[in-house]
Formats: sequence, structure tokens, C-alpha cells
Amino acid sequence: MKNWLNPGLWFTLLLIALLGIWPILGQNAAAREVIFTVLLSVVFASSLNILLGYTGYVSFGHIVFYGLGGYIGMFLIERYNVSLWIATLAGGAAAALLAFLLGKAILRLRGAYFALATIGINEAMRAFVNNFAPFGGPTGIELKFQVYKAYGGAAQALWLTYYTIFALAILVVLVSFFIKQSKFGLSLMAIREDEDTAEVMGVVTPNAKTWAYVLSAILPGMVGVLFFFKNGNVEPGDAFRLHFSIENLVMVMLGGQGTVLGPVLGAVGYQRLRGFLLTNPVFKNIQLSVAGALLLLIVLFIPAGAVGWLRNRLPRLRKVLP
Amino acid sequence: MGNSGLITSLVDGVLIGVIYGLAAMGMTLIWGVMSVINLAHGSVIALGMFGIYLLFTSLGLNPYLALILVAILGLLLGVIIYSIAIHRVVNASHLSTLLATFSVNMIVIGLGTAIFSTSPRNVNYSLGNLTLGPVTLLNARLVAALAAVLVTSALYLFLYRTRLGKYVRAVANNRAAAELMGIPSAQILALSFGLGTMLAAIAGGLIATFFPFTILSGGVYELKSFVIVVLGGLGNPLGALAGGLILGMLESIIPIFLPNTWVPVLEFLLFVLILLVRPSGLFGVKK
Amino acid sequence: MSAILNVEGITKRFGGLQALTKVTFDLPEGQILGLIGPNGAGKTTLFNVINGIYSPEEGRVHFRGKDITGHKPYHLSRMGLARTHQIVRPLNGLTVRENVTAGACFGRENQKLGRAVQIADEVLEFIGLAERAEQLASSLNVAQKKRLEMARALASRPYLLLLDEVLAGLNSSEIDGMIAIVRKIRDQGVTIIMIEHVMKAVMNISDRIIVLDYGQQIAEGTPQQVAADTRVIEAYLGDPKLAERLMKEE
Repeated sequence: MKNWLNPGLWFTLLLIALLGIWPILGQNAAAREVIFTVLLSVVFASSLNILLGYTGYVSFGHIVFYGLGGYIGMFLIERYNVSLWIATLAGGAAAALLAFLLGKAILRLRGAYFALATIGINEAMRAFVNNFAPFGGPTGIELKFQVYKAYGGAAQALWLTYYTIFALAILVVLVSFFIKQSKFGLSLMAIREDEDTAEVMGVVTPNAKTWAYVLSAILPGMVGVLFFFKNGNVEPGDAFRLHFSIENLVMVMLGGQGTVLGPVLGAVGYQRLRGFLLTNPVFKNIQLSVAGALLLLIVLFIPAGAVGWLRNRLPRLRKVLP
Repeated sequence: MGNSGLITSLVDGVLIGVIYGLAAMGMTLIWGVMSVINLAHGSVIALGMFGIYLLFTSLGLNPYLALILVAILGLLLGVIIYSIAIHRVVNASHLSTLLATFSVNMIVIGLGTAIFSTSPRNVNYSLGNLTLGPVTLLNARLVAALAAVLVTSALYLFLYRTRLGKYVRAVANNRAAAELMGIPSAQILALSFGLGTMLAAIAGGLIATFFPFTILSGGVYELKSFVIVVLGGLGNPLGALAGGLILGMLESIIPIFLPNTWVPVLEFLLFVLILLVRPSGLFGVKK
Repeated sequence: MSAILNVEGITKRFGGLQALTKVTFDLPEGQILGLIGPNGAGKTTLFNVINGIYSPEEGRVHFRGKDITGHKPYHLSRMGLARTHQIVRPLNGLTVRENVTAGACFGRENQKLGRAVQIADEVLEFIGLAERAEQLASSLNVAQKKRLEMARALASRPYLLLLDEVLAGLNSSEIDGMIAIVRKIRDQGVTIIMIEHVMKAVMNISDRIIVLDYGQQIAEGTPQQVAADTRVIEAYLGDPKLAERLMKEE
């Protein structure tokens, strides 16, 4: 297929490959932790982009899938001693199921109403898990140290989660790219541009939107399991932190919504910037404010994000940068 | 809990509900006039708390007098926020305005944390208690609720009895038509945003007179404002007041049947349910 | 000739407003039906009922023998019903080719993406937008956007095409071009209903005409019959000589 030859796809994959291989080459644990965070954001932001960038629905509370996935995975590992792989798949499946059920209901809402509903659902879920005894209520779930023995000890287990998230980051780019090049992707973009017209043109909008929602939920659910497994414990406050959701929206915006490369660039750029601000003595205390000011500048002056801006400036790039 | 306990918590619920309503009114006013959901609402509420705190502890100002200053500063802050962060994107997609207001929130919270840290503060100014038969109330709450009612009445007088208020309503109703009538819509939008943040700052200031707080406390009230605004119908100020009362009473009644921690679960489920079933709010006209 | 569309006793209300009252007609396959009437007469409402955006309070709509009353617009598109909008609604952020490809993808033939792109290019050639295929839809002018709407509808290979004021806002040479296109489409066997205010055009191109006034069907017949109908002249055309003049022009 000629789609495979798209230079933008290869550029994006290469970017992730270079990032991902760097800690592996030196077996550098500190670098691994940094890149893990970056790759997590790549997966989360790119998944979010399927709903936000392709379909035009602003999911503010997307973190609910990450949190629920994480909880389901940790619960299965802690209680039933299942393997990380099964737990990760179960986390993804739980997120998909939640998205499917929610989607039928809340995707009828448009614009700000949908955004508000996603916030409400995340907050309801957080408050519920806080009360839900099997998930440990407010203290959450903590893994015993023996759990990591099955993977050759904690150090090996950390590398294993790293390889897995690296693979998921590659996967998310492929999924984003092939959705965008597909008939399904076209139906999503038609909905984004004008949902009523899309309906008149024959797009079965309720189904298309629901599938977009489900697809955007699966990988966040899976990386939730990986993150909390690596972390060793999960608490309601960490699992359903609205702020993290919004940071990922920012990454999508930063790189360029609706493009394949955009969320990847946005995730890398945002996390690098955050790392810089957190370690810089001048900005350390006001890193949140500096990040906020930068976000504001982007929203006000380059709302299409870096890739979108390039595509608008140089229409010839439209074909090359998916 | 006995009967008097029930009555006491109900009355407490009503008193706090009025203040919730005041905060939510600020949010719903901004939505009604320019269809912007203000994610900086919580941070302005927190600034209102710190405004009272600083004026009281540093200058020794009476907290209720300080409230007037906080209101003026809240109005100015809103006009500034609007001019810098909102005006350019007021006609853009919801994502743009959500993120623009969120970035303001980040800036305020970031600076606030750097200056005030996140350790809890409180305004040490007691008005004592009031006992009416079986019911004992904190006077501070009673006064705060009265102040909130006063501010609400003043807002209504402004909206319905003044020329400027009429302009605000006209712009809310149909901005293009209002512009054709010669109403300076940019200024009116800035004023409306300022009024919205002013209400948030006042609500924050009132809450600070009886609850301890940190720079992050506004977030809780912002989420409550979402729930109330949806209960009362997005863009409907009186609905927000009623929604605030409902929420305040729910918060005082639910703990009688269920552990306190279930309150937010029910609140947010109600919120999502109303969005789905009656997006125009409990009192809105069904579309 | 069999009827492709049967509209029986359609009544639609909005609150207290009676938008359509017992509208009834049969449309034979392969014809052009002109739908005329003053602003607010209910013409676009009728389109919205036929293509499933509104469901009527009373009455049934049958399309190719099937009852489609209350069907969703996307089901009707799959069944071979396409329309254009009075106020053009291009998918602005997509290219012209992508717009038309979407029409082919989700229309009656439910094409695969690759074939849909081919169909899109054929239709763009036919409608005269081929050299603009790579442009964003938002960059077109009004006349081009009208053509784009038409192309998108055509790419779905409909049996029945609803055209809502495709001539409005066009200059006279653009009108002539559009009329030629409509004729060609009819000659390909597509049945057409067109709402139109440009009288000269609608009188010339239509096989039959229905006149709506305040949601009531006040006349139906050939253009000659309708133009001579006293009620139509009173309600709509106003000037008795006007009808005659309209028929003579061109």
C-alpha cells in the first residue's frame, strides 16, 4: 500500500524510536523514567486526538479511562495475581467498555455540554472509587514487593513496563495514521466539520462517534495499568486527576490537533519544557504559571498548533505531514 | 441525629447554598453572555479568600468592609483577564476558550502557590453564635448568606433597572443585533466577565469568613458551580441561586442517610443525569 | 411511470406554528419537480421532513415503495436520497476532493475509500471543480461552494436529489451553468425536487410545480397551469401579467 510510504508517518515513528531507544542503549534508569513519562503522554495525547482532533469532541475528563484501567489492572494483579499482560489488556478492555456505555449516552451532547459531562463523569468516578471498598477506598491498592519477583525483580519489571509502553507508543502512531487514512477517519472528520451535514451525507454519526470514543479510551486504559504497576500503588487522587487530562489536551493543542505528528510533538515538547521548568532554579516555583502563560500564547496566537501552523503556512506539507 | 439536628443542618445547608449559588451565578452569567465556561473560576474564588485574609490580617480591616474592596478588585481582575486572555478567542471553538481560561487558572494557581504555599489559612474573626429555639447557627454564616442575597438583589437591579444592565442582557440575547443597535459589545463582554469574576471573588471572600482555605480550595467550589449551573440551567442566574440552595440542602441531608464521602458521588451523578435528560436545567424551558 | 416518492398528508407543527398542513403529492421517477412559494411557506421544512431531519406529526412518506417516515437522515442517504442546503454547508477544514469523496463513501453505493476517490474526481470533472480538488473547501467562493454541495450530493449516486435554492446568490451566467448541470443530472435518470426563487429558471426546467403558501399546498400542475392559476397569482406572484412574462422569457 502506498500509505506505508508516507514520509510523515516514518518521521513520527523515527522520532519515537530515537527517543525510546536512548535509555535502552545505555541501560540508563534515570533516562528511562524521563522517557517513560514522555511516551505515556505520547500514547495518551495521541489517543485523545482521535476524539478531539479527528472527531471534534472535547473530552476534558479523559483521565477517567486511565484511572479506571489502572484500578482494574491493579486489582487483578493484587487480588488474583494475574500477569501484567492480562492486567494491561483487562485495563484496556474496561476502558473500552466504559467508553462504549458512556458514549451511547453522552455523545448526544455537543460542544461545551459534552466537555462538562466528561468532567462530571470523572469526578463521579473518583468520588465513587474513594468509597469503593474492593478498590481500597481512599487508600487505594498497593502491590506487595513479591509481585515483581515474577518478572525477575523490581528493576527488571520497570524495564518491562518501559518496553511495553514503547511498543504502545509505536502502536498509537500506526493506529492514528491508519484511522486518518481510512473511510472511518473520513467519517470522523466530517462529523468534526459539521455533524448535521455529516448525517445528511450518510455518516451514521452515533456509531462513528461511539467507536471513536472507544478507540480513544483503550490505550489510556492500558497505560494506566503500566503506570500504576510501575508506581506500586494507585489512589483515587492520582488515578482521576483532572489536571493530567487537561495537560494532555494542552499537548494535543501544542502539537496540532487532528494531525498524527502533532500530539507526539506536543507530548515531547510539553514534557521536555515541564522538566526544564521544574529543574530550573528561576522557574522552579512558578513552573505552573510559566506553562500557563505559554499555553495562553499558543491558544491565542497559534491555535492550530505547531504542525497545523506549518500545514497552513505551506500547503504542500499537507500531503507529507499526516 | 434528632429533629433539631436535622433542622440545624438544613438551615446550615440553606445558608451555605446561597453562597454556592452566588459563585455559580458568576459562572452562569459569563456563560449566558458569551458561551464561555470559565475554568479560572475556582482560582478567582481562591483569590477572593486570600483578598479578605490579607486585608484582615495585614491591614486589620473588618472582613465585611474588606469584601467591598475585594468585589472591586474582582471586577477589575475580570476585565483584565477578559481583555488579555478571552477577547481574542471569544468567538473561537469551545476548546479554545476552555483552554484559555484554564491557562489563566494555571497562572494564578502557580503564582498563588509560590507566594502563599498550600498550607491552610483562616480568617480569625468570630461573630459568635445565634440560638433560635433548638437551632444553633454560626453568625458568620448567617451574615454571609445575607450578604450573598444582597449581592444577588443588587445584580438583578443592575441587570433589569439600569441601561448598562440592559446592554448586558441585549448582548447575551443576540450579540450581532446588539452591535447593530450601537451597543459596544467588546466593552459589555469585558464588563460581564468582570461581573462574573466579581461574584466569584465575593463568594470566596464570604466562604473565608467561616472555613479554612488554601490557594487550591477554589477548585472544589468551581466543581460545585458546574453542578449548580447545570441544575439551574446554563446561563440562568436565578436558576443558579435555586441550584445552589438545592445543592446546599442535599449536602446537609445526604449525610443523614449515607457516609459523607458519598455526597460528591451523588452530586456528580445528578449533574451528568441532568445534562443528559434536561440540558436546559431543572427550571429551563425544554427545547 | 412509477412514483419514486409518495408524500401523503404531511403535517408538521413547531409549537403553535403550523409549518405544513396535509401536504400530499406523488413524484414520478425521472422528473423535475419545482417547489415554489413565498419565504416561510414551508418549503425547506418539507425537505427536512422528507430527508428525516424532522419527523412529521401526521402523514407518511414513502420512498421507492418503502415507508421512510421518521427514518434518520443517514439511513435515507444510504437508500439513495441526497440533498443540498439552502445555506451552503461545506466541510470547511477538508479539501474539495475529500468533501466529495465523503459523499461517495457514505451514500447509496457505500463505496470503499479508493473507489470513492475515483468517483469524486469524476464528479468534480462533471461539475467543473476538478482543478480545485486540492483546495480547502473554505477557500471557495459562493458559486463554487454551491457546486461543491451539488457534487457531494451527486457522488452519493442518489435516486432522488433535493436541491434547496441552488441558484440563489448566483449571477446570470452562473445560473445558466447550474441549470445546464441540473438538466444533465436529470438526463442521467436522477429524479429531482428543487426549491427555487428564480422563477424564470424553475418555470423552464420543471416538469411539474407545487406551490406552497403558509404550509398549504395551493396549486399543483405543469408550469403553464400553475402560472395561470389565479390563487397562485394572488398569493405569490401578485402581478397577473408576471406569470405570462415569466413563461415568455428566454
